[in-house]
Amino acid sequence: MKIVVLIKQVPDTYEERTLDLTTGWLNRDAGDNIVDEINERALEVALQQKDKDKSTEVVVLAMGPDGAAKAIRKALSMGADSGIHVKDDSLAGSDAIRTAAVLAAALKDVGADIILAGNESTDGRGGVVPAMVAEFLSLPLLGALSVAEFSAGTVSGERRSEEGTLRVSSALPAVVTVTENIAEARFPNFKGILTAKRKPVSTVSVGELEVASTPARSMVVSTSERPVRAAGTKVVDEGTAGTQLAAYLIENRLV
Amino acid sequence: MFERTEDQQAVVEMVRDFAATALAPHAAEWDETKHFPVDVLAEAGTLGMGGIYVGETYGGSGLSRTDAVLIFEELAKADPSIAAYISIHNMVAWMVDAFGNETQRAAWLPGLTSMTELGSYCLTEPGAGSDAAALATRAVRDGDEYVINGTKQFISGAGTSTWYVVMARTAETGSHGITAIVVPDGTPGLSFGAEEKKMGWRAQPTRQVVFEDVRVPVSNRLGEEGDGFMIAMKGLNGGRINIGACSLGGAQTAFEKSVAYLKERHAFGAALVKQQHLLFELADMDTELETARTLLMRAADALEHGAPDTVKLCAMAKRVATDTGFRVANQALQLHGGYGYLSEYGLEKIVRDLRVHQILEGSNEIMRLIVGRLALED
Repeated sequence: MKIVVLIKQVPDTYEERTLDLTTGWLNRDAGDNIVDEINERALEVALQQKDKDKSTEVVVLAMGPDGAAKAIRKALSMGADSGIHVKDDSLAGSDAIRTAAVLAAALKDVGADIILAGNESTDGRGGVVPAMVAEFLSLPLLGALSVAEFSAGTVSGERRSEEGTLRVSSALPAVVTVTENIAEARFPNFKGILTAKRKPVSTVSVGELEVASTPARSMVVSTSERPVRAAGTKVVDEGTAGTQLAAYLIENRLV
Repeated sequence: MFERTEDQQAVVEMVRDFAATALAPHAAEWDETKHFPVDVLAEAGTLGMGGIYVGETYGGSGLSRTDAVLIFEELAKADPSIAAYISIHNMVAWMVDAFGNETQRAAWLPGLTSMTELGSYCLTEPGAGSDAAALATRAVRDGDEYVINGTKQFISGAGTSTWYVVMARTAETGSHGITAIVVPDGTPGLSFGAEEKKMGWRAQPTRQVVFEDVRVPVSNRLGEEGDGFMIAMKGLNGGRINIGACSLGGAQTAFEKSVAYLKERHAFGAALVKQQHLLFELADMDTELETARTLLMRAADALEHGAPDTVKLCAMAKRVATDTGFRVANQALQLHGGYGYLSEYGLEKIVRDLRVHQILEGSNEIMRLIVGRLALED
């Protein structure tokens, strides 16, 4: 079984994340860039499958600038077998559709049984790219699973919603996304770290892919910084606090 | 030597993540309840921390001594007590790897490197500490066995370990009459004293190890008869560097807490960092830590390459790093005022944990004795 995990390098959520106010894009130099945490869990799902069945091949695919190579290296140190890095200056600022089209083109000849991803990434949180990839490749999508199981020719799992739990399954090949409620990602061990750089990573430019060359970028119309947190409303009880509180809640549509 | 390689950066990143999630949140509780987290040690073992500079054949990680310094500093930032225990365990695993024969290494290293089986280093005795060559625990040959009698003192991991590397006297020829013997847990006649109540290092057990007619096969001997003291001292060269790194890590955390606190705490109308004498104190702490770190890396590099001045450099680095570590941690406590004295702020634990580093792996007086004697030789 061949599993391709889509990974994305994002700014660490433990640090303050900011927008570049002139371009409107995420400021990627502001802090550490790491493998997206939900993607890392998707990788963990793939690696657990590999632990169970040694013949499983795990490939990671990332689209991003030079720095994304570090994210691929981290994935390889955790146990992935090889990496594909789609790197092209023309891709900077690509919107979700363009990103999905390029990823789909890169996936076309890889022969994946399962394309695995996080249901969203912690930076943009659009949560649409995996579905679009599935659409471009005409593959079924099993989205937002909190449990995923693989067997010969099928994938099944659970998707939780407010109404209940859906049990879903599909024939392979398929695109599967998992939520942050799934397996905790492992730490790479020392041996993994030292062998990661000997594992193959192919770098692919847009010109090498069968994808329309029209760039599609999201245009940021305007940005504004998050307003400074204002002091809250204080209700001093002089016998009418209950009424005042109720009035406040009603006025702000909080009840 | 000072620029971290890409691999070292990745190693440090992983150890930091592991220490921040698996050690730091529990360190205070383990200290308070004297809990020895063997499950977490086994997890560290899966990551390669049981045999950091043990060869890869039997599960070691094959990293260098300078890598080990980086690793122990990161672990100790989260918990000096656990970091120091892992350091001792690594010393034992390395002794087996360096001085064991093929059969011994194949039998003992897989458990040690994965940390599913822990190791204890048994040199010190109730009546022989700094004067280790005067040890009195005796191993008498009886056919294919050694019969061991005696008591070992201050043994980290005693009662929990699977393997005890014991320095025992096999001849009356001073330091040349000492032999290293591996004693497995459960051997009849092997018992342990009560758990010692200690100032720090409370997350790891310290007990006496008592040998009463303990019989082990002669094939459990590391090296030849009479090699024991040399093996014990070689192990300690690395042990000294690692314990120095543990001091650095603990003190680095104490320093960083102090910077944050002095920026935030206001007195006399301004943040405390505006008081120049306090700023100078922070500068001294930072400088002293960096000085110690630099010497430690130099000693680790010498050990890695078998430089002729290894013993001297390891002794110097151990003294500087552990004295600096304690001074910085104690000063950090002072800078926090009354809050530093409260357990909640995490500083008093670092001070307690780091205090013993000036005493063990060869006391800092012995470090000066080593350096002084070598100076006279030149």
